[in-house]
Amino acid sequence: MSLIEVKNVSKQFGGLAALTDVSFVLNKDEILGLIGPNGAGKTTMFNVINGFYRPTKGDVLLSGKRVSNLRPHVLCKLGVARTFQVVRPLQRMSTLDNVIASAFIRIKSKAEAEKLSLDVLQFTGLSDDINVLSKGLPLGKRKRLEIARALATQPEIILLDEAFAGLNPTEINEQIEIVQKIRTERGITILIIEHHMKVIMAVSDRIIVLNYGQKIAEGTPSEIGHNPVVIEAYLGEEHSA
Amino acid sequence: MKKYLPHIIFAGLCVVPLMDLSSYIMHILILVLMWSVIGMAWNILGGYTGQVSFGHAAFFGFGAYTAGILYYHLGISAWWGIPACVVILTALSLVVGYICLRLRGAYFALATLALGEICRVTTENLVDFTQGNMGIMIRERTWVDKTWYFYIILFIAAGTFLLIKIVMESKLGYYFVAIREDQDAAESLGIDTTFYKTISLCLSGVLTGIAGAFFMNYMGYIDPGVVFPLYDISITTVMVVMVGGAATYWGPVVGAVIMVFLAEEIRSLPYIGAAHMTIFGVILILIILFVPNGLVGDYRRLLKPFKHKKEASS
Ligand SMILES: Nc1ncnc2c1ncn2[C@@H]1O[C@H](COP(=O)(O)OP(=O)(O)OP(=O)(O)O)[C@@H](O)[C@H]1O
Ligand SMILES: [Mg+2]
Repeated sequence: MSLIEVKNVSKQFGGLAALTDVSFVLNKDEILGLIGPNGAGKTTMFNVINGFYRPTKGDVLLSGKRVSNLRPHVLCKLGVARTFQVVRPLQRMSTLDNVIASAFIRIKSKAEAEKLSLDVLQFTGLSDDINVLSKGLPLGKRKRLEIARALATQPEIILLDEAFAGLNPTEINEQIEIVQKIRTERGITILIIEHHMKVIMAVSDRIIVLNYGQKIAEGTPSEIGHNPVVIEAYLGEEHSA
Repeated sequence: MKKYLPHIIFAGLCVVPLMDLSSYIMHILILVLMWSVIGMAWNILGGYTGQVSFGHAAFFGFGAYTAGILYYHLGISAWWGIPACVVILTALSLVVGYICLRLRGAYFALATLALGEICRVTTENLVDFTQGNMGIMIRERTWVDKTWYFYIILFIAAGTFLLIKIVMESKLGYYFVAIREDQDAAESLGIDTTFYKTISLCLSGVLTGIAGAFFMNYMGYIDPGVVFPLYDISITTVMVVMVGGAATYWGPVVGAVIMVFLAEEIRSLPYIGAAHMTIFGVILILIILFVPNGLVGDYRRLLKPFKHKKEASS
């Protein structure tokens, strides 16, 4: 069953075509990877899906209903949460307050909002930082705060835009585990942008490849890993081996 | 102890009229309380929600004229202006919000600045309705003595303080601050930023209007130059909050104490009294440079040099 359907979406910024005629579906309980070189239009795709940008052409459907004219807060209410690639914590609020603010979307009482927030902060490994002002967090933790905030809105779908930092092997394995647990423990469908190939190959059921705003490939991780067009445009020689 | 500070201050103020103070001192205290209300009201929108307004004279003046016009045209007590303000100022805030809140940052500030001036000029010219520059005068004042005026504004101030505390510890408060910190992030976290900014503006506008309606009753005379001025109301409001500390519970109160006393002191100085706005301007620059978070916001930092000395000597 398709939760999100992107239909022939194009997005122009003046003369620049950030997206051209992109279509794909995100199925329920799926982890769908979105990859492509810098400037390929991945973040723009997220901004269109979550209502920040209106598509110049085409439509976004959520459970069959057209949502491409709705504002981000409405999409969030409908169950679509996102993280920002360039992190945007509510700087002069503590880590906990950041998450409580987003928990309020489905919870009226502060006590319950706080309970849910502590839970997602534990899930994202931020339990020790709850009283730190979010602008004082190191980048890796600010990225995880993005995830915690998104989870606190109790979404059905989460859009993760390069939601991790750090590249050492332990960190990579932690990241893979967190993404998988978002699906298995919380039953959330995931659309994920990630530059790190090991992560995207490990977590994705399917992968979509964008290049210069166009979809150039779609398939399972192994299909993508062997696709000559993708190798040339993005993966480079070492991945083809 | 800190938790009971509001109660202690409130109790202390309640017995002030029993102390048989001079009429002048009572007048100053009433002004301090009134400016606290205006400052707290501005703080909701400017301090917590981050929408800096340079046009709060519009709300203050509307409140004052609501009371004045009820008295002048309907012949009822100007005190009815206070409840009437809730309706009138909500309506005004909705209109202002619809027009101005789509603007961000400096553009919003400029739009509100224009709003205050529009209100002043309009009031000056709608002579049949507002008496124009002749102003509105209440001939039969409610009390000669200041005691009851003091209690009324004290209860308005205490009510405002309490309301803000309740709001800021609820979902609404979280949403206000989230909007201040990052509107786009707030929006994507499910916060209807337009709606909640409008709520913040309505709260701020109504409370400022109530202070205006009180002013009409207390002073017994208003004209457009008295209740709609850019410097003496709109900018002074911003200064009250900046001096005391934006987005703090006590900032507007501390700011009101300082600004009212300062205004009285400076005005009574020979020669430079007339230049009090210049002096305020200089103070504002110093505040922005040295205590950008206001006295309440930065008091720990202000205390620091002393603490260091103590540590060194012990
Ligand atoms: N608001 C905007 N106004 C103008 N151009 C934009 C805007 N947002 C994105 N672009 C342009 O659209 C193109 C796609 O950008 P986008 O951020 O979607 O790429 P991306 O695939 O996320 O890249 P990266 O991997 O670097 O994050 C880029 O050329 C970018 O400069
Ligand atoms: Mg991007």
